[in-house]
Amino acid sequence: MTQMLMLLSHVLQQGQFTNPETPGYVGFANLPNQVHRKSVKKGFEFTLMVVGESGLGKSTLINSLFLTDLYPERVIPGAAEKIERTVQIEASTVEIEERGVKLRLTVVDTPGYGDAINSQDCFSTIIAYIDDQFERYLHDESGLNRRHIVDNRVHCCFYFISPLGHGLKPLDVQFMKAIHNKVNVVPVIAKADTLTLRERERLKRRILDEIDEHGIKIYHLPDAESDEDEDFKEQTRILKASIPFAVVGSNQQIEAKGKKVRGRLYPWGVVEVENPEHNDFLKLRTMLITHMQDLQEVTQDLHYENFRSERLKRGGRLSSHGYVLSPAKGPEPEEMDKDMILQEKEAELRRMQEMITKMQAQMQIKPDGAGDGQHV
Amino acid sequence: MSESIVPPEVRPKPAVPAKPPHVAAPSPTAPHGPSGLGGGFGVDRVPGLGHSGSGSTLLGYIGIDTIIEQMRKKTMKAGFDFNIMIVGHSGLGKSTLVNTLFKSQVSRWSSGWGGEHKIPKTVEIKAVSHVIEEGGVKMKLTVIDTPGFGDQINNENCWDPISKYINEQYEKFLKEEVNIARKKRIPDTRVHCCLYFISPTGHSLRQLDIEFMKHLSRVVNIIPVIAKSDTMTPDEKNEFKHRVRKELETHGIEYYPQNEFDDDMEDKNENDKIREAMPFAVVGSDKEFQVNGKRVLGRKTAWGVVEVENPNHCEFALLRDFLIRSHLQDLKEVTHNIHYETYRARRLNDNGGLHPISANNTQESNL
Repeated sequence: MTQMLMLLSHVLQQGQFTNPETPGYVGFANLPNQVHRKSVKKGFEFTLMVVGESGLGKSTLINSLFLTDLYPERVIPGAAEKIERTVQIEASTVEIEERGVKLRLTVVDTPGYGDAINSQDCFSTIIAYIDDQFERYLHDESGLNRRHIVDNRVHCCFYFISPLGHGLKPLDVQFMKAIHNKVNVVPVIAKADTLTLRERERLKRRILDEIDEHGIKIYHLPDAESDEDEDFKEQTRILKASIPFAVVGSNQQIEAKGKKVRGRLYPWGVVEVENPEHNDFLKLRTMLITHMQDLQEVTQDLHYENFRSERLKRGGRLSSHGYVLSPAKGPEPEEMDKDMILQEKEAELRRMQEMITKMQAQMQIKPDGAGDGQHV
Repeated sequence: MSESIVPPEVRPKPAVPAKPPHVAAPSPTAPHGPSGLGGGFGVDRVPGLGHSGSGSTLLGYIGIDTIIEQMRKKTMKAGFDFNIMIVGHSGLGKSTLVNTLFKSQVSRWSSGWGGEHKIPKTVEIKAVSHVIEEGGVKMKLTVIDTPGFGDQINNENCWDPISKYINEQYEKFLKEEVNIARKKRIPDTRVHCCLYFISPTGHSLRQLDIEFMKHLSRVVNIIPVIAKSDTMTPDEKNEFKHRVRKELETHGIEYYPQNEFDDDMEDKNENDKIREAMPFAVVGSDKEFQVNGKRVLGRKTAWGVVEVENPNHCEFALLRDFLIRSHLQDLKEVTHNIHYETYRARRLNDNGGLHPISANNTQESNL
């Protein structure tokens, strides 16, 4: 990045590589497209964790969301087999491609959650898994060869709430409080076709109240930027108002009103999965897709950094590939190190900002004052 | 006429079942012979009338069958008690179902308190009684609710308070029975029926379900029902029911009507059919909607109205008929003759005799 800026400033001074048609145009406005092209080539990685008691339709929903069959040979265990089981972590990865964009999606399932009579310990396994992914990333990030860091950190956690209750259960509250500082929590009301419209609204309000009451931090959609178009802003507004999403999943095609839709066929009617009047499935999918990037960013900037600072504060050197600490810096070498690194980063930031302001100033001086480049 | 043994002619009452066709009106000239019993009890002596295999054939009408009518009148006057317990974790629609079953507000929310459904920290037992009347018959219905069951993070032994309550009722009854000066009608607070609500996950029973039913099926009549079954499509429902039945069988859980208590073939056939159809997948509702010009109880959603009493939609009607219209008395009898007797026998054996403690009377252990 620094190199590029240096090149550009050099170019400005030399006056070469300017587009004769719009003399002020440099062309770095093309940057986002280059980033876009590079990422498209590289592909995206996303890890989604699903947590909830068994029988809430988690697997069906995941299959519906991504229109794949993530669990082709699934055997549902009976109660007898479930008795001695503890919570397991099962990660399945699938590569989905759409219009040239590759997504490597990992879904982390947690069978056994909430099934035991005594569910006191059922989330320690899950938290250990999340921490483990952070640890691994931290280790890779501090390693010598950083070209192929695989990002398996959990970017988003769908927490499934049963529609049968009158709100959150004690287990729901405890679990969300235990992970809200480690992962983006998105509460989802499962099997929403159990509820009438009024019951659904009431349940959503109850859940939001209880989330407030217990101080649980769920993932908040970022507000639309002021320069986005009205449609997008409206869409974001609607999405924000519908949390928690009440969804219905299905992999079966039903014939309804002459066309084939995905839904559930009851003797009294057909629930269409993709009908916004029936449930919030489309909203959930839209949220996930349009905010995938943001979910990753928040994981990186907030949850991962939290973990990292906690971890480094706690001490203990990382493995031999980790940071090379200068010997015997002082009573708390790790902290000193962290400070140093922070200072370095701040210095770099400042330098970059200075460069940018310099470039902007230079562009305004140009007589034709074509301040904004063309948007390609 | 002078044969005092011939009972006076009885006018047949309307409720009495029809008389068998071959019985003629009492005739004083019928040869009764030395058998002495009026009305033709002496089968072998009476010419022309063969010996029927299963009992005696009547030559005249006595009116023994009017005993049914007498019992009926007595029951109507006295009224009867019925105690039903509902168990299941919060949100399964237990109170709504009970209200729908008895078509009145009989659940614990009946006292008009529209308060918040706060989950209590331990299992509580809340009994609410109402007297409901239908066709001149009065029923004192007690609904015993168990809020807090299965709602905690740690649900170990959450059935203990329930077990304790049931045994306490047996104990109360036993004490009354054992008194020297007994009441004419001992108030019956024993739990006649326990409706256990299964969550409609579509997968299988949960551990808690199995543990509860294992512990309590020997103590009380358990009727498992699948709650809020409008979550499942008909296929899913059948699969789920089948799996639940298999699991209950695997764990040796005998739900009501229990196999071992079938009296005769007729009972057995009827009960077999019911057992195959259980657990009933029900939906409860206390709101009415207009469907095809009729007002029906149901739930209205954006894609249709779930009708509670429509057998194609759910099995509520089956449950109601089974519970109330055909097996209500049987539930009480099984509770009294079997569960209570088991408790009594155990109790008497344990103590080597009962020492009923009563403030006023000095009792001796006379058992």
